Amino acid sequence: METTNENRISKSKDRHQKAAFFVFAVLGYFIVTILIAILSFIVIKGASVISWDFITKMPEEGMTKGGIYPAIIGTLYLVAGSMLFAFPIGVLAAIYMNEYVSDGVAKKFIRLMTNNLSGIPSIVFGLFGMALFVNKLGFGDSILAGSLTLGLLALPVVIRTTEEALKAVNDTFRHASYGLGATKWQTIRRVVLPMAFPNIITGLILSIGRVSGETAPILFTVAAYFLPKLPTSIFDQAMALPYHLYVISTSGTNIEESRPIAYGTALILIIIVLVCNLLANALRKYFNNKVKMS
Amino acid sequence: MYKLESKHVDFFYGASQALKDINISIEENTVTALIGPSGCGKSTYLRLFNRMNDLISNTTIKGEVLIDGLDVYAKGVNVDSLRKKTGMVFQKPNPFPKTIFENVAYGLRVNGITDEKLIQERVESSIKKVVLWDEVKDKLKKSAFELSGGQQQRLCIARALAIQPSVILMDEPTSALDPISTAKIEELVYELKSKYTIVIVTHNMQQAARVSDKTAFFYLGELIEFNITRELFTNPMVERTQNYITGRFG
Ligand SMILES: Nc1ncnc2c1ncn2[C@@H]1O[C@H](COP(=O)(O)OP(=O)(O)O)[C@@H](O)[C@H]1O
Ligand SMILES: [Mg+2]
Repeated sequence: METTNENRISKSKDRHQKAAFFVFAVLGYFIVTILIAILSFIVIKGASVISWDFITKMPEEGMTKGGIYPAIIGTLYLVAGSMLFAFPIGVLAAIYMNEYVSDGVAKKFIRLMTNNLSGIPSIVFGLFGMALFVNKLGFGDSILAGSLTLGLLALPVVIRTTEEALKAVNDTFRHASYGLGATKWQTIRRVVLPMAFPNIITGLILSIGRVSGETAPILFTVAAYFLPKLPTSIFDQAMALPYHLYVISTSGTNIEESRPIAYGTALILIIIVLVCNLLANALRKYFNNKVKMS
Repeated sequence: MYKLESKHVDFFYGASQALKDINISIEENTVTALIGPSGCGKSTYLRLFNRMNDLISNTTIKGEVLIDGLDVYAKGVNVDSLRKKTGMVFQKPNPFPKTIFENVAYGLRVNGITDEKLIQERVESSIKKVVLWDEVKDKLKKSAFELSGGQQQRLCIARALAIQPSVILMDEPTSALDPISTAKIEELVYELKSKYTIVIVTHNMQQAARVSDKTAFFYLGELIEFNITRELFTNPMVERTQNYITGRFG
């Protein structure tokens, strides 16, 4: 009697489990399908225009022909500039938050603020960047203003990933270091940072991927509609991939004719982000092995 | 003069009292075991001597903790240099993710020693003291993570010895190790006694009986009994000690 009862329970458990598995599997494949659909759509449409010329030539004939070289270079400058700004500040802020501030109201407040910062729509960052960097500080529409704006956008991400990386370093290593008479800073520099480094780098590269695709923050701060020359200083305007894509899809001289170029640009952008993600993984693995050995 | 002493020590985590009026005097070159059920305050007591409890916020200490007659909680005591006088060994082996050599050299480097020859000598002699030299001398440049758990723990002891402390504090150093590695560590404790004063937390009573000269039995933050180990185990003066060592409560 009892055994049959148990049997029934375990059978119904089994059914529930199978049903749940089925739902998860369907959802999982659904998401994968969408992802593959988007990717293959862009690849099929974009692959035909991609050539050496496409990535090394200036746009021609009202951006319906030629390449996207200045937009690629512009995006690279902006990414580098924003990281130059966000990385040191973000990492130092995270070290301060995780290693120096003890848990309390102040820390909760700062964390709340950084979290909120990352929830602000990027167009608002663009507006703020225009008001502060372009106008108030007088940088004008420039790579500097655009980099700083993108840097602000990346800052919460850098802070959060660095904090997570620091938190992942087990306290026993800190205690061992203190126990040997090391100071706090020695402990951070010689034990904590090297151990957290692989994950910090991962966070950095992921935020590069994020920043390189942003349109709104650069809209009012740096992006040029059409600029068939490379920037020569940080006070120059520049073209950028996401904005270029926006322009030739909405307000180009001939939208229909620029379509292939738009897909090519999208593909290049996706490739950059993809390469960043792969690089992040590879670097994390590499440094993880290296940390053990140093 | 005693090597280590605590006089009327009370210790609080926030409002909850973890140690109540603890008085213990420890002679130089002896091994003292701290035993008692988990949560009774053994680790807290051990961490008083190198002020590791300072790392936990919102704690209070009352009374005196002395090393060589000097109050370690007195104003003006430099905590970093205090910690150089004491080597600490933790529950789980926790070598740094560095090479075997750099693990032992770490304490020297952070204390400002730059003479590579001296570091070399000190690393070698420390590893020899923990009887690990023959096992690692050919792979000093390899990651410490490649060693077995028992070897890692001996490396951690070598790391502590390298800074030439006079006191070694061990918090259940064998609880994560197999019986053979445990035996090796116990043997080591016995040998190190001639040069160091050792305090070892253990919840293994056989271990306390094997390695220590004196044993302190803690219960709920109080020191119930502190006596010569053989006495305490064969002839406990307090019933609670008797109950604990005969396994009547855990
Ligand atoms: N970091 C801490 N914060 C608050 N309470 C703690 C902390 N560490 C230990 N305690 C408390 O102090 C008491 C003694 O703990 P501990 O010294 O770790 O005991 P033992 O080492 O004998 O197991 C326990 O009640 C424990 O819950
Ligand atoms: Mg403990």
